[in-house]
Amino acid sequence: MANWVIRSRTIAHHLNKKMGSLGFLNLSFWNSTSNSFHSSSSTMPLGDNHGRPYAIFGDSATHFAVRRFKSTEAARESDTKYFNQDAGDQALDFPGGKVEFTSEMNFISESADKRVPCYRVLDDNGELIVSNNFVQVRKEVAIKMYSDMVTLQMMDNVFYEAQRQGRISFYLTTLGEEAINIGSAAALSADDLVLPQYREPGALLWRGFTLQEFANQCLGNKEDKGKARQMPIHYASKKHNYFAVSSPIATQLPQAVGAAYSLKMEGENACVATYIGDGGTSEGDFHAAMNFAAVLEAPIIFICRNNGWAISTPIEEQFRSDGIVVRGRAYGIRSIRVDGSDALAVLSAIRTAREMAISEQRPILVEALAYRVGHHSTSDDSTKYRSVNEIEHWKTARNPVNRFRKWIERNGWWSDKDETEHRSSVKKQLLQAIQIAEKTEKPSIEGLFSDVYDHLPSNLQEQEEQLRETIRRHPKDYPSDVPV
Amino acid sequence: MRGILRQRVGSYMTVHEALNSALDEEMSADPNVFLMGEEYLCSNLHFLYQISIGLLKKYGPGRVFDTPITEAGFTGIGIGAAYHGLKPIVEFMTFNFSMQAIDHIINSAAKMNHMSAGQISVPIVFRGPNGAIAGAGAQHSHCFAAWYASCPGLKVLAPYSSEDARGLLKAAIRDPDPVVFLENTFLYEESFPVSEEVLGSNFFLPIGKAKIEREGKDVTITAFSRMVGYALKAAEILEKEGISAEVINLRSIRPLDRATINASVRKTSRLVTVEDGFPQHGVGSEICTSVIEESFSSLDAPVERITGADVPVPYNEDLERKSLPQVEDIVRAARRTCNCLA
Repeated sequence: MANWVIRSRTIAHHLNKKMGSLGFLNLSFWNSTSNSFHSSSSTMPLGDNHGRPYAIFGDSATHFAVRRFKSTEAARESDTKYFNQDAGDQALDFPGGKVEFTSEMNFISESADKRVPCYRVLDDNGELIVSNNFVQVRKEVAIKMYSDMVTLQMMDNVFYEAQRQGRISFYLTTLGEEAINIGSAAALSADDLVLPQYREPGALLWRGFTLQEFANQCLGNKEDKGKARQMPIHYASKKHNYFAVSSPIATQLPQAVGAAYSLKMEGENACVATYIGDGGTSEGDFHAAMNFAAVLEAPIIFICRNNGWAISTPIEEQFRSDGIVVRGRAYGIRSIRVDGSDALAVLSAIRTAREMAISEQRPILVEALAYRVGHHSTSDDSTKYRSVNEIEHWKTARNPVNRFRKWIERNGWWSDKDETEHRSSVKKQLLQAIQIAEKTEKPSIEGLFSDVYDHLPSNLQEQEEQLRETIRRHPKDYPSDVPV
Repeated sequence: MRGILRQRVGSYMTVHEALNSALDEEMSADPNVFLMGEEYLCSNLHFLYQISIGLLKKYGPGRVFDTPITEAGFTGIGIGAAYHGLKPIVEFMTFNFSMQAIDHIINSAAKMNHMSAGQISVPIVFRGPNGAIAGAGAQHSHCFAAWYASCPGLKVLAPYSSEDARGLLKAAIRDPDPVVFLENTFLYEESFPVSEEVLGSNFFLPIGKAKIEREGKDVTITAFSRMVGYALKAAEILEKEGISAEVINLRSIRPLDRATINASVRKTSRLVTVEDGFPQHGVGSEICTSVIEESFSSLDAPVERITGADVPVPYNEDLERKSLPQVEDIVRAARRTCNCLA
């Protein structure tokens, strides 16, 4: 009897497919077909509606947005994909769909035979390896990409030195990851929302944040759009759709999914790109965000910068999986691994990911492999836990900026003269930016109390008055370079 | 199964209906408002209070959605959606579980507007039952009013009556700042009189204003949430003994209405604070300090705090009762302040 019932469901399933995607109407057809052959509910396909009790929906099923319940469709489609129709006798129904059974006890190995391969377009000498499977880039875009990578690299060097000289309190660099920064930014559109971790100022630079603005934030002066509230490198710019850098690790991930959900609800032609490092994927928020993004079918790209180190923790001590790309499948998320030192590969993968995220309304995971050439931050000395040779190798032989330079020079789009001019111009701008930022006044004390709430509450008004009164009475105890 | 509340003519409304109607009206008025929480699709479990009942059917799963079990996850998602301009109302099954999301609430929601210099606001509401439930043990009975109220950037509300529930929830949803909205299980089924004005769809209460539930002249008793009911009962008992107690329903824990509290103490000269949360660094501590700072010369007796015992709330009914404030505790405290006349 059981065999016959299963076959009849197989037939019903076939018919359903032929009838096309009618959503719920299809399901109720299937249920009633099964009902007529088998009255007991023990083998009712609960998996089809994922355990949601139909009693509540009743006849208002058609009221629900088809988009929201596409996952039910996806489950049935995956049944079709994974379920071998000929193995009708070998299948079991479970919540979540059909599963073939086997009498062989096989543990899935903890690792695949081969690591997931890494997509790259340019070899280490900047020569094109592939001729067609990448996103073509116009000359102007390529030049902007290269010059922004150089600017980013130079900004990192100059600001790092400034911290060492005591002019900035803190800084961290993106050295080694310029291609991830700029390549990903170039792949997105200005309407896409970016929720960074903290090693992605390149995305902000690409979108038009000026060197002066970077300097103002790092020096905490009154011109800073963030009103000097955050420590250095914690940039935020609503104008550039770049949300605030936030220190606790990985909190941006579920928040990014929420932002993607809001884009989805508004039906916008845009996605969210959020960044995370290899270490950050150990946080619970990574799991919650990935899982949720898949369930919500959110238009979001998770960009993982796997640079080998989380401060002093190497990836062997961070996780035992084959990097982060293999986790995508565990959540039902399409993923790719790319060479993070290859700006063209990064751009191609993320541009394609963006198209999929928006047109198919789904999350995509992109793992970009690279190397953190710099120390974690100015509070770190990485020579204490890794070899100088290793750092040097990546700084020179695998340098993403040099590699891209070779490609654009080979195309005749860049010359030594352009290089010299660009570098000297950027250097001048950087030094000037710091000098001006240092001379600019600090924000006034009004900035202490505003923006805690939308409107200044009475208790903060009182505190501000008390503070001003105290300053009036004891001016010598108050720093002279901070305006009242 | 109750459906969505239809307008009552005059009389009474439970807090449950008050909250449900407030959610319904705000969702109807603003398409950016949406609800998220656990167990929204299945409303059969008896311990789930179904405050959102009927809303899924009316607004669809795009605006009322059931989340996977991850407080950190869905709180983060709510905050991200709020960054981009939606207005999420995030329900915690109980505020005890909000501890799993505390980083998102404190480090992101509370601080983002300030850190981003006003560029990124977080118009989100976190709501759910808070405090003791009766026979639910330590991890389901903790009161978080003082925890959340200590954090700048948040607003913290604690309604008592149905009028409070409607007015404060509507205000919270409309407020551009993140609001922690602390409900109470016992109060959900309590019925309160509501006027026509309270039933109006544009009714809301100002955040930061306490309400004088009962006027008096001998002692000020401050309370919030369920304890307001206890304080009112205590006031009736005290009345018979010739002590006229003024009962203040705080309504808003942050911002705290220090003006109303101090004006009352300057009138009565005596203060008793009541809460069922833990004593150390509690809401009462803040109120006592405010009164000492601003109305010291008016005090005729030391200030008194009535709080829950400084222990995780026990499960056993009798022990639990002994660990939480009862009406008699409030009465005795008020008497003590009055007997301290010089």
